[in-house]
Amino acid sequence: MTLAPERTARPSAPPEADAGPGRTGPAIGRAVDRVDGLAKTTGTARFSAEYPIPGLTHAVLVHAPIARGRIRSIDVAQAEAHPGVVLVLTHLNAPRLTPPPTRMNPMDLSTMAAGSSIAFLNTDEVHVDGQPVAAVVAETLESAQYAASLVRVDYETITPTADFEAELPTAKAVRSMPVLPPTGGKRGDARAAYTKAPVQVDLSFTTPQHNHNALEPHATTAVWDGKKLTVYEGCQNIDWTQKFLAKRFDVPASDVHVVSKYVGGGFGGKSKVWAATLITCMAAQVAQRPVRLALTREGVYRTVGGRTPTRQRVAIGASRTGQMEALIHQATSRKGRVGGEADQIISCSLDLYDAATILAEQKIVELDLMTNTAMRAPGEAQGSFAVESAVDELAIELGLDPVELRLLNQPVDKSPVHGTRYSHRRLAQALEQGRDLFGWADRPAPGTRDGKDLVGWGVAAAIHPAWEFVANVQLTVDATGSATLACAFHEMGMGTATVVGQMVADCLGVPLERVSALYGDSDLPMGPGAGGSGQTASLAASIEKACQAMRKRLDALASKSGMPDGSDPAEVLTRAGEQSLTVEVGADTGPKAMWGQVRFLSKMVMDSRRWMKAATGAHYCEVRVDADTGELRIRRWLSVFDVGRVVNPKTTHSQLRGGIVMGLGMAMGEETLIDTRTARIMNPSLAEYHVPVHADVPHLDVHTLDDPDPQMPLGILGAGEVGIVGVGAAVANAIRHATGRRVTDLPLTLDRIVG
Amino acid sequence: MKPISYAVPASIDEALAAIVDLPGAKFLGGGTNLVDLMREGIETPEVLVDVTRLPLAEITETPAGGLRIGAAVRNTDLAANLAVRQRYPVLAQAVLMGASGQIRNMATVGGNLLQRTRCLYFYDAAAACNKRDLGSGCGAVAGHNRMGAILGASEHCVAVHPSDLAVALVMLDAEVEVASRTGTRRIPIQDFHRLPGESPHLDTTLAADELVTAVTLPAEPLAASSRYRKVRDRASYAFALVSVAAALEVTNGTVSQARVALGGVAHKPWRATTLEQYLAGRPATDEEFAAAARAELAQAVGTPSTEFKIELAVRTITATLRRLRDEGGAA
Repeated sequence: MTLAPERTARPSAPPEADAGPGRTGPAIGRAVDRVDGLAKTTGTARFSAEYPIPGLTHAVLVHAPIARGRIRSIDVAQAEAHPGVVLVLTHLNAPRLTPPPTRMNPMDLSTMAAGSSIAFLNTDEVHVDGQPVAAVVAETLESAQYAASLVRVDYETITPTADFEAELPTAKAVRSMPVLPPTGGKRGDARAAYTKAPVQVDLSFTTPQHNHNALEPHATTAVWDGKKLTVYEGCQNIDWTQKFLAKRFDVPASDVHVVSKYVGGGFGGKSKVWAATLITCMAAQVAQRPVRLALTREGVYRTVGGRTPTRQRVAIGASRTGQMEALIHQATSRKGRVGGEADQIISCSLDLYDAATILAEQKIVELDLMTNTAMRAPGEAQGSFAVESAVDELAIELGLDPVELRLLNQPVDKSPVHGTRYSHRRLAQALEQGRDLFGWADRPAPGTRDGKDLVGWGVAAAIHPAWEFVANVQLTVDATGSATLACAFHEMGMGTATVVGQMVADCLGVPLERVSALYGDSDLPMGPGAGGSGQTASLAASIEKACQAMRKRLDALASKSGMPDGSDPAEVLTRAGEQSLTVEVGADTGPKAMWGQVRFLSKMVMDSRRWMKAATGAHYCEVRVDADTGELRIRRWLSVFDVGRVVNPKTTHSQLRGGIVMGLGMAMGEETLIDTRTARIMNPSLAEYHVPVHADVPHLDVHTLDDPDPQMPLGILGAGEVGIVGVGAAVANAIRHATGRRVTDLPLTLDRIVG
Repeated sequence: MKPISYAVPASIDEALAAIVDLPGAKFLGGGTNLVDLMREGIETPEVLVDVTRLPLAEITETPAGGLRIGAAVRNTDLAANLAVRQRYPVLAQAVLMGASGQIRNMATVGGNLLQRTRCLYFYDAAAACNKRDLGSGCGAVAGHNRMGAILGASEHCVAVHPSDLAVALVMLDAEVEVASRTGTRRIPIQDFHRLPGESPHLDTTLAADELVTAVTLPAEPLAASSRYRKVRDRASYAFALVSVAAALEVTNGTVSQARVALGGVAHKPWRATTLEQYLAGRPATDEEFAAAARAELAQAVGTPSTEFKIELAVRTITATLRRLRDEGGAA
């Protein structure tokens, strides 16, 4: 792999060469084209369902159309008799797996890969609608598809509990867990302070369930060679996938090979090991043939977790001059009876504003629905809609400009709830720069009309915590001067493979064109998961270390040849008569790996006690609302983000834009419709689940401050998720400005806007 | 998907014979809806009789000064036709507001009229649906029915017809030409689609052995100043919450003729006859437009999810008529 030559060098702002840790040079900060761009646009990039495998068979799932019950009998005779069918796998003939872990183990984070506690095809129980109860394997996909429709299942059914609103009274309190993001927090007595506050805003909000719609539906190709398993799987965590499959199939992790070179979007939906992956591996084991299973779009809705719905209350008390006296944020989410997590819905409220008192708490209900899972900014996406809408309402109540109110209540140097210091805090700058670039001073009067449309301008702030994970890397420099970084990281389209080259080039002091990266394969050193917006920063930390170690060894070699420090690596190696040099950071196995994990966790805990690190941003938008019908159009969008150092403006801005587009989907249309009588998703398709179409998305003007965070590796804060945070509120606030109506329920459909 | 066979008849007569002679046969147009339904296991034909290669893809002038649109004309070609755009703009607009460019390239006029409802319960083989399985009940009546009917529904079915094109045709008083082995007949478009009543499994009055061969448009000067307004949940690629096909003639501030049909509100495209009668001879004011719309919607029944569509229909009708009036009859 060689890096493509730079074609569009248009960084939004030049990086400060001397700011922050690490070396900056010509590669970091350049808008370099993606290294995988050509392969993807010409169709030669091979995704997990595209590997040519000799003797391949195709599998199709049979989904239960009931949400709770038991299989009384299952008739596979007709399916088995269909021409081309190799195997019909059910709970009666599937291999017994080690049961899934029931709880997360901090010393083995791969336990988090369990999508649910259901023992797929190892039980006659049905726990969620759409649960796979059989898989048909055939020589062709068409044969498997038809045979799957011939499987007859007789169920004993139990009425499911699936109505989130109706079950709210059963909600239980959620306790914050160490290592996991916060689900609660307290500063002073917010209830008392709210009661006394002269200006009060108290609003209730709802957000619906959302489901994952990555362009590439989940797909698995499984090949057994004796006791060794190879799995081609587009995933967000190769390490978890490898270890989790090893445990379930009771084989050593070293016997499970996970190949995940290209991932067609993940957004959190590919972090866990879902039913189809397990079933594909089981089927391949029984059939003794390679098996491929690509989920249908409906299959993704039915077997992969989505984003939890929420009900939220935000109450803010303020002085007449706008100082926040009390901020109360209470949220309830749901999980499945068979698993799922509480999204950190209130986390925004812990760090957006320096309210004198803060109370944030969460509850959760359990339903007979598919477990929920991470979806881009899990928690922050829903929570920011509530808190940033309430802040806007407070500004109206106070007669203050909403930007001014936000600036007035910015924390200076410490996190209001935890007391930890901000490593750096640039939200005020983002708000101010956005205000100037958008021309906020010319904001029209509320309810201004332009022809048939009402015009509204809205603003909202965004925050997303920065995460770092373990990244083991191997760096090799050879006598031709080429550098290769090897690490099982994930390229889901965000540009990681590209920015890794830029970081190595600068940290090692070699031209970008001489750097390549090997990734997406469990045979490589263990990489960080692609989640929590933390992959690039995690890689940066290890790349810096590896490059420093490499420079030391090169300089030692150089001095033997009488050459000065920092000499050209090719020359150093050639003179020393060496073919190549390799350094490693971290270890995958043995005691070193365990110590690595301990060091990682203790650093994470220490760090979280010392520093609050987060990406922040400000969204500004203009909407048009048809005065007759309530139809909403976004006319103008501008966002300014602090994501720390911007390694590659092209890929970073693209990722931020993607976050905003996904936020617009959440704002305007996305909603999973569950029939609460049957606990069944009724709109499992892109026709009826409304993601935005091109015509819904205006030009998105994205800016970054490009200011390195002094406490993050190479100053990088991560850009994967902050883009979506606050988008819904910015739109709702613009609608309020246009129409005078405060819409507190997502999506912001025209019936809610007109009222 | 179930294994099927596929036949390409060389003539209309061959097609009409095939539909009778081959068990489980169904005509295939562009396939943009039928193939989708086959993938979902909702439609399960044994044989597909492809009628897209029959000589039915022409748009021609009729002796009466109207247009005859062949049933196999692709939606894209219909919307691009100059005579359609100049004389029946409502039709071109309706087509262009439906589906996506790729779908319109495939979809035919005949297939468009015969497409099935997108009711979530019709589309889910696991759900109760009288349209799919008469007598199984209606999951939508007390379920997710936001896209459902507010006019002419029955306790057995609240589905709406999804076509935009058909709404414009109903406003234009088009006729559907159909052929069978026993001959041809012309069905006024208003009688082509039906209300659900006790038999929601029947979408149209077309007999099983009949093939739609063409749609004819009468000569209608009023149609030159017609308009289609579609209100939906996203800017494109969504079915109508409410749509309005309308034409208006105003003489000295008085409505001499108004024609309105509604989409997204009923099991069939809804001709607003009450509204039309109300407006004739009344002042062309916003207030009268709204009053007429309210008179039409007086018989509407909403559910908690569809209640909003009643007022939305009133407002969309009013806005569309207002715009036609203000444009002064210019297309």
